[in-house]
Amino acid sequence: MKSILPILSVVAAIIALWYAGAVWMNSSWTLEQAQRAGTKPSLAEIIADTMHQERAVLPPPHQVVAELWDSTVNKRISSKRSLVFHGWVTLHATLWGFALGAAVGMGLAVSIVYFRVMDMSVMPWAIISQTVPIVAIAPMIIVVTNLIGIEDRLVPKAMISAYLCFFPILVGMVKGLRSPDAMQLDLMKTYNASGAQGFFKLRLPASLPYLFTSMKIGIAAALVGTIVGELPTGALRGLGARILVGDQFGPPIRIWSALMAASILAAALVGVVGLIQRVTLKRMGMAR
Amino acid sequence: MNWLIFGLLFWAAAFALNLGLARSRWRDTGWARVAAPLVFGGTLLVLWESLVRGLQINPIILPPPSAIAARFSQAGDILWLDFVQTAVKGALSGYAIGALAAFGVAIVVDRAVFLQRGLLPIGNFVAALPIVGIAPILVKWYGFGWQSKAAVVVVMVFFPIMVNTVQGLKEADPMQRDLMRTYAAGYWKTLLKLRLPAAMPFVFNGLKVATTLALIGAIVAEYFGSPIYGMGFRIQSEAGRLSMDMVWAEIAVAALAGSVFYGTVTLMERIVTFWHPSQRG
Repeated sequence: MKSILPILSVVAAIIALWYAGAVWMNSSWTLEQAQRAGTKPSLAEIIADTMHQERAVLPPPHQVVAELWDSTVNKRISSKRSLVFHGWVTLHATLWGFALGAAVGMGLAVSIVYFRVMDMSVMPWAIISQTVPIVAIAPMIIVVTNLIGIEDRLVPKAMISAYLCFFPILVGMVKGLRSPDAMQLDLMKTYNASGAQGFFKLRLPASLPYLFTSMKIGIAAALVGTIVGELPTGALRGLGARILVGDQFGPPIRIWSALMAASILAAALVGVVGLIQRVTLKRMGMAR
Repeated sequence: MNWLIFGLLFWAAAFALNLGLARSRWRDTGWARVAAPLVFGGTLLVLWESLVRGLQINPIILPPPSAIAARFSQAGDILWLDFVQTAVKGALSGYAIGALAAFGVAIVVDRAVFLQRGLLPIGNFVAALPIVGIAPILVKWYGFGWQSKAAVVVVMVFFPIMVNTVQGLKEADPMQRDLMRTYAAGYWKTLLKLRLPAAMPFVFNGLKVATTLALIGAIVAEYFGSPIYGMGFRIQSEAGRLSMDMVWAEIAVAALAGSVFYGTVTLMERIVTFWHPSQRG
């Protein structure tokens, strides 16, 4: 609780900086207009003008919030102009990608912990796979899935986000499954526990705190993956597409509102996973 | 058909080899740790090649590795030009600026507990946001050249490095700080001789995460406008022309650049934090 005040003041400082930046970056347009009209605006007039330009270089926060409000609350949800609609498209692909990535990550983690040959041959490649910039592959995945005849853009997007989110989950799960110490493993042996029992009653529960922590990173990465999957080669729906369209055709403010929406979505997703983590660990008696 | 049988046989043989390696008495030696992943990777390539040939997959959908390798050696100068534009000018310069800025800010933040409490949660939060989305905005501001790519990279790498550095600077425990006090060491001496070295494992964590982010940022930013060279530009335009062997060659460059970048930082980490338990293994 004692960090509320510092956080609020840092947020206030960021907003103040944003306003200052908006005045500074938008003023050149104001001055240009004034020069054309042959007038000399005062400082107050310049500042007032930078607050509500239609094609601002850096839109001030209230403009972004107004646009966000306008494109979520004031539009029908099914409308192509509604950010709720685009956010839903992105969320849908993110959740599929996350599910896929989590399944792959957990499956690999279990086999890496149980089979030494997997640990020796696959683990190094899992690490190398993350040094490959996935965005390099994104346009190709989209083109190829199109060629194979998969019309739905959900598939390539989900694949890209799965690629980004499987690794943190894999690493966290491996760490968690290995966290029981020799004493606990020996205890299971003295209970005459089978391999499956050892897994379900000791290793799996012990891995959950690690798993949840890495799932929070994973779901944020999945969202990044989906948005990256929407950026190249003409997607029409989704927050990433909204950013692209705003860049090429629409007023720049749309990029900002889409970015803001994406940030809210990211915070919500991480928050939900955090909530599940807290409830689950509390019921398991592992809450810290 | 023959290719398919060959591929499957090769796979079975390699699998048996790795299984044998994992159970042999050399399994904890250094060369076994290198050989096993190499065998695995090589098998993937052979399997890929023989599947593409055996099933006669259209090279537009999936070109065989041999075609990619041929293209890689043919188009060397184009690939080099793209590499310099994106990886060196865009990613590397942005990475250096971003890392230095994050480092500086972290040291300033570290002096005030108030700032720490405020900036750490926000930095953690921002690090989870899809920051790549600002790429179109920065490309608008700084133009199509490599400067805009570097700007995107600066923003993307800043937060992970800053958060990790601030956290690392807290690492030195009170006993060690007291010892520095008894040596009559001032703030700067303590910082240089105790707290920065103690922070290094954390700093390198951030630096390692940021290597991948830097390449991602530089490539994505090129989708929003670039001169007619650069890795992101090339991938997108060649994918549009369906010359997939070139796309794959470019991906190979990206993978290589990413791995070398990450490997270099890991090597530096090993040199700088030789004293840390995780490095003494």
